Amino acid sequence: MFDDFLTRAALAGVGLSLATGPLGSFVVWRRMAYFGDATAHAAILGVAMALATDLPVGFGIMVVSLAMAVTVATLAAKGWAMDTTLGVLAHSALAFGLVAVSFVPGVRTDLSAWLFGDILAVSRGDLAFVWGGAVVVLALLAWRWQALLTATLNEDLAHASGLNPDRERLVLTVALAIVVAVAIKVVGALLIAAMLIVPAAAARGLSRTPEMMAGLAILIGAVSALGGLQLSLWQDTPAGPSVIVVAALIFAGTTARGRKLTG
Amino acid sequence: MPRLPRGGMMGLIRADNICVRFGGAEVLHDVTMAVKPGEIVTIVGPNGSGKSTLLRALLGIVPVAQGRVQRAAGLRIGYVPQRLALDRSLPMTVRRFLSLPVRVSDAAASRSLARVGVPSVEALQMASLSGGQLQRVLLARALLSDPQLLVLDEPTQGLDQPGEAGFYQLIEDVRATSGVAVLMVSHDLHVVMAASDRVICLNGHVCCEGTPHVVSSAPEYRALFGLGTKGALALYQHVHDHDHMHDHDHSHDHSHDHPPHTHDHSHV
Repeated sequence: MFDDFLTRAALAGVGLSLATGPLGSFVVWRRMAYFGDATAHAAILGVAMALATDLPVGFGIMVVSLAMAVTVATLAAKGWAMDTTLGVLAHSALAFGLVAVSFVPGVRTDLSAWLFGDILAVSRGDLAFVWGGAVVVLALLAWRWQALLTATLNEDLAHASGLNPDRERLVLTVALAIVVAVAIKVVGALLIAAMLIVPAAAARGLSRTPEMMAGLAILIGAVSALGGLQLSLWQDTPAGPSVIVVAALIFAGTTARGRKLTG
Repeated sequence: MPRLPRGGMMGLIRADNICVRFGGAEVLHDVTMAVKPGEIVTIVGPNGSGKSTLLRALLGIVPVAQGRVQRAAGLRIGYVPQRLALDRSLPMTVRRFLSLPVRVSDAAASRSLARVGVPSVEALQMASLSGGQLQRVLLARALLSDPQLLVLDEPTQGLDQPGEAGFYQLIEDVRATSGVAVLMVSHDLHVVMAASDRVICLNGHVCCEGTPHVVSSAPEYRALFGLGTKGALALYQHVHDHDHMHDHDHSHDHSHDHPPHTHDHSHV
């Protein structure tokens, strides 16, 4: 069944949603949207460095994304003005990445695949990487779920319960780096943060508990991936943006409905 | 953190000459205090006096630059934070909140809510609760771990006067039924002091300490708050050997004992 490129593409989208649903919920709850952007944009630099050194691309992305995420987290802990710092880091990472990529022969033509994703070209190896990464992220979040939620709600409360909010933040940072590496093939570096935020935000209006929101975010992410794939096939639109377009339409629908239900 | 023997002479939790600094600024210096099993201790002080910082140092949230904090071995603390900034993006029912970070049964959750006077709010969203309901739900969560010490940081902020009085009455009731010790920070002076066994007046250091009656008539307290005593009746003599000439090298003798339930309160 993995022989069909459409099947592989569909499975890659669904696999990615398993990770982006719950992680994206935390990104929304903790207001880490820009943080996600900075981490994702650093991926292009990771691509360039991996190709220049003949290392696996997924590995390069993970290392650079993790370095970016840790840098941002460290600066935040030191009390830097995060709005400006993240703005500088997110866009600089992208700019440095694009410049670096231009020095690597053969990548220039491929650049749009890294920026916007290339879900229709997902190989068996890519598929295994996507699912492997998604399962690791899902397991990590499930393992730390109670502690992560407590620390997200109130760090003092977590401290008083004997938890370490810094460690929980690190868990999210690592998960984010893995998701960036996994998602770049599917939606591209520019829209990874959107894949995290939009389905989770769409799930918010329909949810009463954090678990419900994370679960619905997985579902909405998967539906968006499949819908975006269809759109991309029919209209020959770029796959990554098409996925986000569908997710955004679902967001508009559920938000309007949520408004009606609650107010 | 060094552990004390359970229920020993030194109490549940104590600070010995602790100093806390943020950057270069010294927020607390030479603070020595302890909480014994079953007593209600209130820390009062003006804004910026380091009240919340002292609680946070005792809980291990902020590091102490000098001195040390000791806890009884295996001490279970129930913490009620100053406020819970509920982000609208996080859906959270009361029932779900009570299971953080330790999952509890529906029966235990329902009992705890009934005990603090907000029965049947399980299905409500945390963000939809009134200020008074929210404080009680926070207390219900703190009580679920069957704590030996309840720590409350300005628990009645944003409540009206009857709400405040009702909340402190509830704290006393909880102490009376469970024997839990209570350490709280407040600036609702009269109401909270009437409900306390012991009051610590803080302004970067311990200005004075003792029963509500004694503290509210102490010159240091009056200098800070400019208030007389109202409605606080104390049966225990406060040993006050404080000397402001020697702020950095004072010692208090607080050897008096406060067995709970054996002295009178007057409620305002």
